[in-house]
Amino acid sequence: MVSSEAAAPPRVVVVTGISRFLGARVASRLAADPRIERVIGLDPHDPPPAYAGLLTDVEQIRADARAATTAIAELNAEAVVHLAVTSAPDPHHGGRAAMKEQNVIGTMQLLAAAQSATRLRKLVVRSSTAAYGASFRDPAVFTEDTEPRAVPRGSFARDILDIEGYVRGFRRRRPEVAATVLRFAPFISDTAETTLTRYFAQPVVPTVLGRDARLQFVHVDDALEILHRAVIEDHPGTFNVAGAGVLALSQAVRRAGRVAVPLPEAALSSVAALARNLGVGEIGLDQIDLFVHGRVVDTARLVKEFGFTPRSTAAAFDDFIRGHSNGSSLTADRLATAEQAILDGIRRVRAAAAGGSPDAAGSGSSGAAAGGSPDAAGSGSSGAAAGGSPDAAGSPDAAENHEAVTR
Amino acid sequence: MSNDDFHPALPGNADFALPQAPAPKPLNGKRPIPMPDPPPAARRPRRAAAAAERAEVAAELAADKAETAAEKAELAAELAADKNELAAELVADKDELAEEGETAAKKAETAADAGTAADAGTAKPAPRRRARKLAPKAQAKPTITPTPTPIPDAAQIPAGQPETTPDTVDIWDQRVARGLAFLRRRLAGAYEVDDFGFDPELTDTVFHPMLRVLYRDWFRTEVFGIENVPESGGGLIVGNHSGTLALDALMLTTALHDQHPRERHLRLLGADLVFRMPVLSELARKAGATVACNPDAERLMSDGELVGVFPEGFKGIGKRFADRYKLQRFGRGGFVSAALRTGTPIVPVAIVGAEEIYPILADLKPLARLLGLPYFPVTPTFPWLGPLGLVPLPSKWLIQFCEPIPTSHLTEYADDPLVVYNLADQVRETIQATLHSLLEKRPDPFGP
Repeated sequence: MVSSEAAAPPRVVVVTGISRFLGARVASRLAADPRIERVIGLDPHDPPPAYAGLLTDVEQIRADARAATTAIAELNAEAVVHLAVTSAPDPHHGGRAAMKEQNVIGTMQLLAAAQSATRLRKLVVRSSTAAYGASFRDPAVFTEDTEPRAVPRGSFARDILDIEGYVRGFRRRRPEVAATVLRFAPFISDTAETTLTRYFAQPVVPTVLGRDARLQFVHVDDALEILHRAVIEDHPGTFNVAGAGVLALSQAVRRAGRVAVPLPEAALSSVAALARNLGVGEIGLDQIDLFVHGRVVDTARLVKEFGFTPRSTAAAFDDFIRGHSNGSSLTADRLATAEQAILDGIRRVRAAAAGGSPDAAGSGSSGAAAGGSPDAAGSGSSGAAAGGSPDAAGSPDAAENHEAVTR
Repeated sequence: MSNDDFHPALPGNADFALPQAPAPKPLNGKRPIPMPDPPPAARRPRRAAAAAERAEVAAELAADKAETAAEKAELAAELAADKNELAAELVADKDELAEEGETAAKKAETAADAGTAADAGTAKPAPRRRARKLAPKAQAKPTITPTPTPIPDAAQIPAGQPETTPDTVDIWDQRVARGLAFLRRRLAGAYEVDDFGFDPELTDTVFHPMLRVLYRDWFRTEVFGIENVPESGGGLIVGNHSGTLALDALMLTTALHDQHPRERHLRLLGADLVFRMPVLSELARKAGATVACNPDAERLMSDGELVGVFPEGFKGIGKRFADRYKLQRFGRGGFVSAALRTGTPIVPVAIVGAEEIYPILADLKPLARLLGLPYFPVTPTFPWLGPLGLVPLPSKWLIQFCEPIPTSHLTEYADDPLVVYNLADQVRETIQATLHSLLEKRPDPFGP
């Protein structure tokens, strides 16, 4: 492998998948780096007009990986960043068949081209934590050395295993090329659009009954930083990229202020399949596996090697919540207001009762309390309407305050 | 099995004294903490801290009230005003602080300090006392007071606040407020979950109180040798497994949480069958359990957690009543190599009582195979009484933690099968010997 000291930033970088969210941003970041002379974007599709501003400094070649063979050799590419990995079938672009074509065949051909490129010094491949599969005997936390115990059901996860297999072969044949495989947790940010962000953005979120998966996310900005460093610096190896910490699926749904609807796994699978066929939803076996088993990775190796700590899963998810506040019903503010309203109500009832007969007050207030609490759970909005002071909602100590007042 | 029987002849065990004679430790009866000396000392700071915390909260509240009093025009405002006066008066006596809202806060702080300084038990009533003074009836009642200053103030306070009612209401108010706050935190997702899915808040607030009923009232559990559990840092608790359903693991968790001075949480290692079942897997993860595999065990132990493991597995809980208190095979000793690799002390624990809760008379193997279970038990009650058969028999439980076995000097032998096997055997023999001595202590399985 190339030693870290000798490595200068590559002068010519080829980025695949620039018609997509991540590819376009990485290409634009690399193009803005003065140490890099040329950034060439490779994609079989034209980038959407929304990315035109991002890609002004990027030379674009509209070609699939098959045609890339000649391109990579002719351009004297020193680094290849392979981001043309699709995580979900796109019904407008050929569905699952095209997805597999791009992920597996595309990677195979790109790596074949890279193998014969003599100037190549660096290969960066986007992978996913789906590479760890999903099994009930899995350890709770995956390190980079954990082998998947079973071949996963999801198409994306299987593609990822194939892709990593090709990279292993490439490493064997070109050991002098620094190959970096980045296993990303699901991306999230206030603006990113992925299967999971669309899932969490729904007002009513279906979950798996009797399972509460442990989830991790990585913020898109942190992912871009890691990808950038992987190109500029030399970090051969495989790395998990995720925000530290864990959110349980139910917890994430609650934090987003959404309402979870637990369905039995079989029902969820069939509903998801039906919805997919109707073109409504896009929850596949990949997502269901994730919601059943959860996925948590150890990022110690990443932090040590890259000297960069991605923001925590909770912080990344908070950013998502900020960008998707409409559509949430049970927000923390409303819950706090509802709580306040109930406590106020209890006090008022008790005061009234005390005015009449002090003895009856005890049982009366506790009865009111018991009757009131289900309301808090059921309708946050009605509580919000009844709530007197909006600033009480902001303070999480509202309940404690009241507890003390009433003493 | 045969090897186990001949174990004393195996090398490496010569120095191991079999019957540990755990008798000197006194039976703790129904006392929550067994050791005669440590409990009061150990508990005092906790209670004092709680009292202080409560006083602080009260203070904060008073301060808050003072600020927002003007906004609220209703009864709440009245109450706040009253509170304010009270707080101000109290402060005037004690300190020289004169600012209304801020002083209230400071007063509370001092009260908190006083609470910690004073005897914990007496500090506790302080916040409630104030409320009682406001109540018209309770005014004349003398209350036990730790700090002398507030009392005269209280006497000067004008009677007849319409707001406050007798003490019972206050307790209910606190409970309701606390319950609502808990509910809100849960609904808003405002809690923390660790990498393994452990939810300490839910465990402490929901799981432990439920288990405590079984632990204390149903099984009348007594615990010995809690001092053998490390005060802090990692530890591997290895126990005998029995009882058809793994209630012994849950009772061990409760015992550690209730009896240990640091209220330590036990992180159980469960069979993958547990994590295959829909609802059970969710509950197990939230209660701190994880799949029994070496990476998880080592990660937990190097994080300084107490890990609980039952190496007998299904062989232990699925054995028939006739084989009660006979330890089964300990597998490959994977738990030992995990402890060796992390240098974590091993604490053997013997649990007596679980064998009698669901005595297995027969095991319907074909049915078990059909259902994909490791065994299908027939107990005196189970298939016959339907769900009623799930009620455990109220046996008397004894739990004895044995001397910890240090492993930090053996770290490099983690992959040496002989060392691992001998250590596993030493743990096994310790538990078996302790079981026998505990059984002598408990002549009647369903005794008091």
